[in-house]
Amino acid sequence: MYEFTYHRPKTLADAAALLGQSEDAKILGGGQTLLPTLKQRLARPSDLIDLGQIPDIKGICEEAGGIAIGAFTRHAEVAHSDVVRRVIPALADLAEGIGDRQVRNMGTLGGSICNADPSADYPAAVVGLKATVKTDRREIAGDDFFTGMFETALEPGEIVTAVHFQKPDKAAYAKFRNPASRYAIVGVFVARFGNEVRVTVTGAGPSVFRATDMETALAQDFRAEALNGIAVGADGLNADIHASADYRAHLVTVMAKRAVEACG
Amino acid sequence: MPCTVSMTVNGKAVSREVEERTLLVTFLREHLGLTGTHVGCDTSQCGACVVHVDGRSVKACTMLAAQADGAQITTIEGLAASDGTLHPMQAAFREHHGLQCGFCTPGMVMSAIDLVKDNASPTEQEIREGLEGNICRCTGYHNIVKAVKAGAEAMHGSGAKVAAE
Ligand SMILES: Cc1cc2nc3c(=O)[nH]c(=O)nc-3n(C[C@H](O)[C@H](O)[C@H](O)COP(=O)(O)OP(=O)(O)OC[C@H]3O[C@@H](n4cnc5c(N)ncnc54)[C@H](O)[C@@H]3O)c2cc1C
Ligand code: FES
Ligand code: FES
Repeated sequence: MYEFTYHRPKTLADAAALLGQSEDAKILGGGQTLLPTLKQRLARPSDLIDLGQIPDIKGICEEAGGIAIGAFTRHAEVAHSDVVRRVIPALADLAEGIGDRQVRNMGTLGGSICNADPSADYPAAVVGLKATVKTDRREIAGDDFFTGMFETALEPGEIVTAVHFQKPDKAAYAKFRNPASRYAIVGVFVARFGNEVRVTVTGAGPSVFRATDMETALAQDFRAEALNGIAVGADGLNADIHASADYRAHLVTVMAKRAVEACG
Repeated sequence: MPCTVSMTVNGKAVSREVEERTLLVTFLREHLGLTGTHVGCDTSQCGACVVHVDGRSVKACTMLAAQADGAQITTIEGLAASDGTLHPMQAAFREHHGLQCGFCTPGMVMSAIDLVKDNASPTEQEIREGLEGNICRCTGYHNIVKAVKAGAEAMHGSGAKVAAE
């Protein structure tokens, strides 16, 4: 790791001020992505601004129409929350499936979505549950938040403070995971809101996307069989040692069906 | 730049001046001499470095010492009683031969104790899933799973203290 100056602000205003002082300052969430990156010397921030001591951006609360989760809420807290389990069980299941126990004890919701890894799990829920991302400056629709591989709509120095997820009638997440890292080779989140259905795909492309043909088919007939013969194109999907683009395209339909079945 | 970090490690208050980039595992091993916590991969994969921070298992190679300022830390050295009596989970690993070379064992034991906190009597499947963050290249896991099951029963059944923390 290169040297940096470490800060532990107690308020959001102090964190924002520290970020404003240096162009090369970086936010530290749970550190489960950033610290490995720094250890490999892939980044060289001048300052690390640890958000861990700011109470306002932690915790889970039930709000009109859904749940608000603070950005510095650990994956394990979401997985074990009675509120999440009751209101949006699919979200608790998704959090429980991230990495391993030790990663879940440290990693945070904010860190996961700001990192925008193409194989991360939370992005599927942010778009699938029509979430709103709150920052220290504004609110960003979940649909507009992820803009590309490791890219988001955030401006330099902008801090995510919370995410508001809408409560669906039914939802489930099905992931075909990399057995070593547990990241999604393909993950599909299916959510039903009245007559509207969302099918969001992570792991398959450079960034989370909606499978709109599947959404239309499921809106008419919410059964796994309704997806027979519907597939996303392999063009532009990710290909690596774990899975080819064709295989990922195939997995999208398989995972979407499993998610529909898991909705019950 | 140097900074001062203070925390409670295995019940003792400690304070050291360290570089800000110092990892918790480096702090424990090199600054405090507690070498029971191992470094297997240094890339957040293997779990040899697992310790408890405020009662929860974390990978000490993926946390800064500065992030643990003010925290209560328990390492493998902090589990046995002062008279040397092993923690029930340690005793179960010995009894069931849950190790070969022993390199992964400190992390396995620390993860297992955290697992049993949430689930007093885990099934074999739950133990295997609960230890996903810990890799062992020797045992094939079979005896580790047996040891954790027995350790959970011993911790639970005897109403023994869950950990020295
Ligand atoms: C072994 C291992 C397995 C994993 N498996 C999975 C998996 O199966 N699925 C999965 O989805 N993820 C997985 N992860 C990643 C994990 O979920 C991380 O916790 C997550 O990607 C980053 O969250 P963090 O809180 O640790 O953030 P950090 O690593 O601290 O930060 C990540 C990035 O986000 C920025 N950031 C953090 N918080 C904020 C904020 N509030 N506002 C603005 N920017 C912010 C940081 O500056 C940094 O650029 C795995 C990680 C490891 C080490
Ligand atoms: S040394 Fe920390 S996970 Fe391997
Ligand atoms: S006993 Fe050798 S690595 Fe597990």
